[in-house]
Amino acid sequence: MRTIGYIIQKEFKQIFRNKGMLPIIFILPILQLVILSNAATYEVKNIKFSYIDSDRTSTSRALIEKFNASTYFDVLTVFPSQQQAHSAMLAGEVDVVLEIPNHFERNLFTEKRGELSISINAIDGAAAGVENGYINQIIQSFNQEIKMNFVDTSQKVVRPVLISSTPSFWYNPTLDYKTFMVPGILVLLVTMITLFLSGMNIVREKEMGTLEQMNVTPIRKSEFIIGKLFPFWVIGMGLLTIGLILAKVIFNIPMLGSIVLLYFYTSIYLLVILGMGLLISNFTDTQQQAMFIAWFFVVIFILMSGLFTPIESMPKWAQILTDFNPIKYFVEIVRMVLLKGAGFQEILPQLLKTLAYAVIMNVLAVWSYKKVN
Amino acid sequence: MKRFIGFVQKEFYHIFRDRRSLFILFGMPVAQIMLFGFAITNEITNVDIAILDHSKDTSTEEIIHKISQSKHFTIKQILDHESDIEPVFKKGKIKAVLNFEKDFDRNLIKEKSANIQIITDATDPNTANSITNYINAILQNYQQSKNKDIQLEYQVIPQTRMVYNQELKSVFMFVPGVMTIILMLVSAMMTSISITREKELGTMEILLVSPIKPFQVIIGKVVPYIFLSIINAIVIVILSLFIFKMPVEGSMFLLAAESVLFIITSLALGILISTIADTQQSAMMISLMGLMLPVILLSGFIFPIASMPKPLQIISNIIPAKWFIIIIKGIMLKGVGLAYVWKETLILVGMTVFFIGVSIKKYKIRLE
Repeated sequence: MRTIGYIIQKEFKQIFRNKGMLPIIFILPILQLVILSNAATYEVKNIKFSYIDSDRTSTSRALIEKFNASTYFDVLTVFPSQQQAHSAMLAGEVDVVLEIPNHFERNLFTEKRGELSISINAIDGAAAGVENGYINQIIQSFNQEIKMNFVDTSQKVVRPVLISSTPSFWYNPTLDYKTFMVPGILVLLVTMITLFLSGMNIVREKEMGTLEQMNVTPIRKSEFIIGKLFPFWVIGMGLLTIGLILAKVIFNIPMLGSIVLLYFYTSIYLLVILGMGLLISNFTDTQQQAMFIAWFFVVIFILMSGLFTPIESMPKWAQILTDFNPIKYFVEIVRMVLLKGAGFQEILPQLLKTLAYAVIMNVLAVWSYKKVN
Repeated sequence: MKRFIGFVQKEFYHIFRDRRSLFILFGMPVAQIMLFGFAITNEITNVDIAILDHSKDTSTEEIIHKISQSKHFTIKQILDHESDIEPVFKKGKIKAVLNFEKDFDRNLIKEKSANIQIITDATDPNTANSITNYINAILQNYQQSKNKDIQLEYQVIPQTRMVYNQELKSVFMFVPGVMTIILMLVSAMMTSISITREKELGTMEILLVSPIKPFQVIIGKVVPYIFLSIINAIVIVILSLFIFKMPVEGSMFLLAAESVLFIITSLALGILISTIADTQQSAMMISLMGLMLPVILLSGFIFPIASMPKPLQIISNIIPAKWFIIIIKGIMLKGVGLAYVWKETLILVGMTVFFIGVSIKKYKIRLE
């Protein structure tokens, strides 16, 4: 037991003595949490809108005025011709081109149909879908206005049926993206720091040749591993604490559930990540190799965690793969506990899977660690 | 010159001898692009929802049937009471509950109007919003079928054209992004590590006292990685063409030239990192921790830059990946030539010159 204490002491000294690393471990993640959480939004705002009005009547102007009044559409540019609109679209200066053809007003009143053509830059398919929705809303309400102004309502015998819906957004009524993203990004940062540090740590000693010196000492394998990994466990918990405080103070993230439960889960989760780091260092000879492998897994874990894109939308085989992604569980848990106030019962399935994962990882890691080369 | 070639040769040997790294270097981009090309999408499909039907009459059944046929939704559960909603949401699988009011059918016939409450788990605002929109579209559709006999008058009908991506495939958005991330991180990480490695192991001193000039040492270190990255870029482009059916509307030659430019920008960034960091560990932490999230979040890879707060839009300008993503989307999807992307190209060139300039200034010939 005393040996472990000494190793831990040595590791801590080494971490805190390296002045170049300290800001990377503590300040960089915090800065990223505070700044980057603002970037992660799927809201579609400031749509660069433009139009070609070949009709130039009061009706076409009224329609354009409706777009002008909408808060979603940002800059209104007028193009005299299609060519110019087309090249502005190519250059990325506009997202939407609305074209009002000649005789738009006349057709609307004689044939009761006025046609418009709309082009939307759809490279970002999801955003294009949303933009299309906004445009349709505006045109719908324009249609209503025409009806009210020009149709004699008393003539109507049959009233159309109307199915209305009331949306109700639970847990996040203002649809604030930060509420959703801050806990997730915090989880990511904690994971990345602990995985990278633990993955590099032992392999560094290997590369420097100091591991051999350690191996000839009477320190036992288990003592060595615990002593090596415990400091990173502490750093992970520390980062979580700082992050949670900032989430509360700066972003005012709701914390409905039990924080103790969250810490309890994190303490197990970090074992998975540390075990993974140790496993990586056992199977590599240089820090470079270790980092490549860690990087490979981290990118996959991040993008398949459900943090930025929903897991339900992935194909079935990919959803099965995400079951092996520890970050997925942590992201789910942190959101469930903080935002919905989920308790022990609700998070039990994820907790058990994480626990099993931790056991497997660490057994593999300890088993593959050899004192003798 | 002969000395320099010899040095480059040595670097190649170094890389090829380390089979494991080489395997990761080439296997990783292929695995990642395949995985992400298929799996990452921000479309909403197969969302699990629950129904709370207080009426259970023909209209509600018709609506529920319509919803169950939509590819967006899977009806997983039928609830009986309002009090069931909370526990269902807390478990986390069900993302929305449709609450039909009492006497739905009667209201619809007598009052000509009926109401449905769409309750969504808005911890994920994007999913919540999309679910609401999709359900509203289904309701609209149903309403129209009920109102068939009534002639609607005076309508403005938009003909919408989705330019560059008619089917709204999200692959078009994500493949250029994944390609950028892989090229950027691999190039920056590899160069920064291989240079600091020599520093840390003390072999840099030996190189510096050799007759090779310091800048030759650096260039010699970078050349092999330029080759490796170009091969990676070619593999990625081939995969995106044949597996994900990405078009290359513009010139293939321009695409290749821009990719090489971006690789050089990333390598220059790697050199810069190596002049700041003393150990491999800090080089790696800077290029991994410092680059990974900013590149993913601020490059426009997943989240539209135009929607971000103004200060972040300004910060995003210093991310080289942002400009490269604009360029490859332009060439591959819009088919533009250099006339449209010269500004972005110039910015990348400028960044490269800046990175190299600062590195030369900070590069120490003498070791302490």
